[in-house]
Amino acid sequence: MSGLRLRAATGLGRFAGVMSRTLRRGDGFVIGGRVVLAACPDAFGRLCAGRRVAFVSATNGKTTTTKLLAAAMRAAGPVLTNNSGANMPAGLVAALAMPTQRVPDDAPVVLEADETYLPGLLRGTPDALVVLGNLSRDQLDRVGEVAMVARRWRSTFAELPGLAAVANADDPHVAWAAAVISEVTWVSVGNTWTADSVLCPSCGSILRRDGADWSCECGFRRPNPSWVLTDGVVVDPSGARHGLGLRLPGRANQANAVMALAAAHALGVPVETALPAMASVGSVGGRYQTVTLGGRRVRLLLGKNPAGWAEMFGMLAPPPAPVVIAINARAADGKDPSWLWDVPFEKLAGRLVVATGERRHDLAVRLTYAGVDQVTVEDPWTTMPAAVAASDQPLDAVGTYTAFREMLRKGGGARDVE
Amino acid sequence: MSSESAIRLVSIYPMLLGTYGDGGNLRVLTARARLRGFEVEPIELDAGEPVPADADLYLLGGGEDDAQVAAARALRRDGGLARAVAHDAVVFGVCAGYQLLGKEFPGSDGVLEPGVELLDVTTTRLPKRAVGELLAEPVSSSGVELTQPLTGYENHAGGTTLGAGAHPLARVRAGVGNGIDRLEGAVQGRIVGTYLHGPGLARNPELADLLLSWVVGSALPSLELPAVEALRAERLATVRPEE
Ligand SMILES: [Zn+2]
Repeated sequence: MSGLRLRAATGLGRFAGVMSRTLRRGDGFVIGGRVVLAACPDAFGRLCAGRRVAFVSATNGKTTTTKLLAAAMRAAGPVLTNNSGANMPAGLVAALAMPTQRVPDDAPVVLEADETYLPGLLRGTPDALVVLGNLSRDQLDRVGEVAMVARRWRSTFAELPGLAAVANADDPHVAWAAAVISEVTWVSVGNTWTADSVLCPSCGSILRRDGADWSCECGFRRPNPSWVLTDGVVVDPSGARHGLGLRLPGRANQANAVMALAAAHALGVPVETALPAMASVGSVGGRYQTVTLGGRRVRLLLGKNPAGWAEMFGMLAPPPAPVVIAINARAADGKDPSWLWDVPFEKLAGRLVVATGERRHDLAVRLTYAGVDQVTVEDPWTTMPAAVAASDQPLDAVGTYTAFREMLRKGGGARDVE
Repeated sequence: MSSESAIRLVSIYPMLLGTYGDGGNLRVLTARARLRGFEVEPIELDAGEPVPADADLYLLGGGEDDAQVAAARALRRDGGLARAVAHDAVVFGVCAGYQLLGKEFPGSDGVLEPGVELLDVTTTRLPKRAVGELLAEPVSSSGVELTQPLTGYENHAGGTTLGAGAHPLARVRAGVGNGIDRLEGAVQGRIVGTYLHGPGLARNPELADLLLSWVVGSALPSLELPAVEALRAERLATVRPEE
């Protein structure tokens, strides 16, 4: 045994001891990961050693894309994945060290990675596949501005020649960051929200746009995609067309599925195997799940930033159906809810909005100025306004991350969330 | 659409200067003027589109570094905003939009970039980014008659120093604001600059109405919106003054 290997083995032994003590103490999942990281800072790279690793990162859709990719991979063999939505280093270490199912040592790993932590994680897994969906404004207090995230991605990618990528060619920031990776599969899944990519990420000039296509006077332009999504049908690199037939609703999930499909293909899973497995996924971390809250059936939706909301209006039950919107501004939501002003809530005119969550007053002001009828309620599930309580139609409830999780917990939904 | 009597509100390059929800300021002013019976023509300018010099009020919001530089260069080239200010137009700039109204601000990679020089302020890089709730008490000496505390959210790395021509808008009670002398914002004639996002005019209706009163030339009838009062009460109760 070489010295290097011996040192690694000793480290892993120590690490295992820490692990078992942590588990005996019964600390929380993410806390367990933190303890491991404190004892063994390179735990992540060690846990991934010998495995093919794929990271999914994006502002929107990374949890869903991860779940779809894991489902596609599982159709071909065992997979190690994080299905908790805990996408920062401690959560990922915990997912790897405490898998919910036993998997072989060489089983591939599919992980959702927070945009800001992706660079650090890649240093432990320099031969990973990165699946890059989109970048838009979100949690500006923590994540920072979009151009900054793209710059950090790009400089990290440039230092890791072993990386491969599946990347959304329609998003200029993603395309610019991924352009330094030698092996990229470009995918066209659309980009409804363009307000964060007005300027060329390369030179700062205003981008020219023509439908999905974009280009800059400096020569930087949209890469040619080899997978293209149009109206629920994907054309693969061989030119074959496949209907997606997803159970998950909405255009954004078609985009997530095509990202996952191209990634599965890059990892050796054929389209014919991947598609049916992805089509069977019906809920991701409780999104789109119908639960019972306050004695009525409620469908839960996650709406956490303007780009996500741009896809939301088409998914809501049509007017005059009322809708509950729950706004929090904790760390995981972003502490500044001014993004509510970037959402065209005017589109909700003609229905009643029940404004709730810790920052319901911010939403109420936004809706007041949008001319939308609203009623502000601290806990609608115990005191539902009469106009909503009277209807027996299923109700949609949209929440920011922590508000959504709270409704999910109260409603007893989602077994795939820790 | 346009009419001689309509109040013309111009949002300058919201695609560049709209990253922090400041587009809400245009919606707030439009609604508050219409609720008083005024006719309003809100205008959103695409990046690089000529700035009309004959509008009544101009809004600039926060944006990313490259976007801020692009906006400042386009405005300097265009000259419309400076002509409007010469005709006594009202200008309200937030964060990047506040900084670029001044003489100089740190652009991409911190390189100093000339502003449009309508406001006697200079901005340099703060050692640490200012992120969080901002609470400030209006300063009466600025020629601005505000009585209510100003509340908002700040997210910037700019330290803004006021020259002799500019007066502070407010004194910081919690947060960073200008980052110099515990002051927040600047006022010069009918130009107001501030670090208050939230958006600032949604959280501070008194300031919104002050800008509108400058446009119409008289005080406005009062307008009580319970949702706005509830938001202010909640924010003011949450944010503790630091002194
Ligand atoms: Zn360019």
